[in-house]
Amino acid sequence: MEKVNVTINGKKISVPSDYTVLFAAREAGIDIPTLCYLKDINEIAACRLCVVEVDIKGRPMRNLPASCVLKVEEGMNIRTNTSRVREAVRTNLELILANHNRECLTCFRNGTCELQKLCDEMGVDDIAYEGEKRRPILDQVSMSIVRDSSKCILCGRCVNMCKQVQGIGILDFTRRGFETEIAPAFDFSMADSPCVYCGQCIQACPVAALRERTNIDDVWDALEDPEKFVVVQTAPAVRASLGEEFGMPVGTRVTGKMVAALRRLGFDKVFDTDFTADLTILEEGTELLGRIKNGGKLPMITSCSPGWIRYCETFYPEFVENLSSCKSPQQMFGAIAKSYYAKKIGIDPKNMVVVSIMPCIAKKTEANRLEMQVDGIRDVDFSLTTRELGNMIKQGRVDFKKLSDENFDLILGEYSGAGVIFGATGGVMEAALRTVADVLTGQDLENIEYHVVRGLDGVKEASVVLPVDGVDTEIKVAVAHGTKNAAKVLDAVKAGEKSYHFIEIMACPGGCVHGGGQSHVSAKERLDVNPKVSRANALYAEDAIMVNRKSHKNPEISKLYAEFLVEPNGHLSHKLLHTHYKVKKQYQIENQDDFEELIRK
Amino acid sequence: MQKAIDIKENTDKFEELLRYIESQDKSQGILMQTLHKAQEIFGYLPIEVQKFISEKTKIPMAEIYGVATFYTQFSLEPKGQYTVGVCMGTACYVKSAQLVLDRLQQELKIKVGETTEDNVFSIQATRCLGCCGLAPVMMIGEDVYGKVDPKDIPNILKNYR
Repeated sequence: MEKVNVTINGKKISVPSDYTVLFAAREAGIDIPTLCYLKDINEIAACRLCVVEVDIKGRPMRNLPASCVLKVEEGMNIRTNTSRVREAVRTNLELILANHNRECLTCFRNGTCELQKLCDEMGVDDIAYEGEKRRPILDQVSMSIVRDSSKCILCGRCVNMCKQVQGIGILDFTRRGFETEIAPAFDFSMADSPCVYCGQCIQACPVAALRERTNIDDVWDALEDPEKFVVVQTAPAVRASLGEEFGMPVGTRVTGKMVAALRRLGFDKVFDTDFTADLTILEEGTELLGRIKNGGKLPMITSCSPGWIRYCETFYPEFVENLSSCKSPQQMFGAIAKSYYAKKIGIDPKNMVVVSIMPCIAKKTEANRLEMQVDGIRDVDFSLTTRELGNMIKQGRVDFKKLSDENFDLILGEYSGAGVIFGATGGVMEAALRTVADVLTGQDLENIEYHVVRGLDGVKEASVVLPVDGVDTEIKVAVAHGTKNAAKVLDAVKAGEKSYHFIEIMACPGGCVHGGGQSHVSAKERLDVNPKVSRANALYAEDAIMVNRKSHKNPEISKLYAEFLVEPNGHLSHKLLHTHYKVKKQYQIENQDDFEELIRK
Repeated sequence: MQKAIDIKENTDKFEELLRYIESQDKSQGILMQTLHKAQEIFGYLPIEVQKFISEKTKIPMAEIYGVATFYTQFSLEPKGQYTVGVCMGTACYVKSAQLVLDRLQQELKIKVGETTEDNVFSIQATRCLGCCGLAPVMMIGEDVYGKVDPKDIPNILKNYR
């Protein structure tokens, strides 16, 4: 790339010619404030906080241009720290605040709000403009997501995340001028819109305009109820993010501290969803081999990600039969805890409360699905996000960083390395291949790392040759993460361009490690770290140190089958661990049937 | 939200819209002209029509709704047989166009942008109509009324009902 010479705050620097001034400044070690900017996702110069003073070869540019979209030019002289710039940034912040619900002390994002932080850094000490505020809409119909328009600053980060990254487009700018609101079409609630609850918009939101519906108090109540035996399960991805809630670097693995903290909070047993991730591999692997041998519906697609399930049910109903009938590990855990485990320790399942800690907001809605209960007893009672657990630990006044590592409880806390990597894109596929390859070859294979399905390529493909009924068969697999990539794979399958036996799909880009319930990483931090990479690395590191790295070698899983379930996909498995799906309508209207008839014509 | 439109009765209109969508060059943005066409065909852009456009163009509903609510040229409400436009340009405004508008809203019992229950009148506040000498100016359909006195409004409206 051709280089150009620019001067920033008196410092001469040579940068590639396709750089923006914002990036050139970063290279020069100069921090320009941003708010609407989200690298590669939202670069629209809307908030005007990244403005700079510029002249080119002595000719001043008109006004103060926004550095996030201003390309460098030879001979540019850029000044970021002048009283004119500081005054403009402060004024723009004050104007945003004028139409912002400033209940910062009681706000969900108190401490993690990017607007709050900038006001502090830029020395905003007065609300200069008082006036009318936009109509406040608080949409908390959904079990997963809350939209609060009174906090929205119209930066558009969620809009582009949903539309460009996820390829869905639930939220957009509606109306105009002062009445502008980022909202679903026709003021549908998030629950009635075809939102899949991936929560990527929450990850994109710099303020508290979008957040999860919280269940913290429900869990405190359960913990304080002497009648209740409260067990907790933690999803694999949580251990790679929870530390961030306490200021630790993104992707710090805190498995042992997390277990210790959960015990301090008063959970009777601290278990791991990884246990049922292993169980999923046995159930799903058996289902896959059955479908291959018996001519069942292929490709089979994973069903661990409830965001993906919602996406499939809503946008690709023709693939619902391709979904594995396996419940997700979260739900399998609840079903096993309230049957096998409850019986083992002599507790009435009605008195057991199962809490899950998930990197996910869709899990909350999944736990509430009517299909997700056995004999009228819910598998999972409450599902908390990683962020909510962080809050609970703070409320419980546990000094997280000082905790010593502790181990999960037996027996539902036993897991393999294969279970841990479920949290990263490609992890379920790799875990499945480890087990399926062993089962089909009848060997204990040593070569178990499938690097081709790891990493952040949107769609990853692999094929392995394995003996099915004695005949060498090429098993073709694909991995997609993020709903836009899922659409790519499904469209290719639909068009007959691709054929696979097995597809892993996760709704969130990067998989669960980058789920909508994970710790917030600000747009600024994201310039330096990629949470998808660092958190996945934490999980692969945990896998690498495990003695047992294959799901079918988990001794407690073997015992579970020997003592209780009998066999994978058996009668009891079907009752407890498998489910079915429903086709969902998009933007349901009064005359929906007539509309569908019209579309079919 | 407005009353649902009868999809079965309007099948021809949907088909006309579909023919238009299919005739467009998809390599370029087609939303604006499609919404114009839809409004021309249906008179307004109810949810059924926006859903249809979304289904056939794969443009997300929220984006379509966003555009439809951004431009005042699009309406989410059915338009009456006659659109009553009151000029709010500078000349008319200083000649008390607001009083004309107020009286009109009072007489028709609707606000700007709405349509009377019998679907006869819709009210619009327009920009300069280009005949400032007649200020304040009001248009009903294609008929122009100059130097309107709010008192005359009930009589003017009578001619259209």
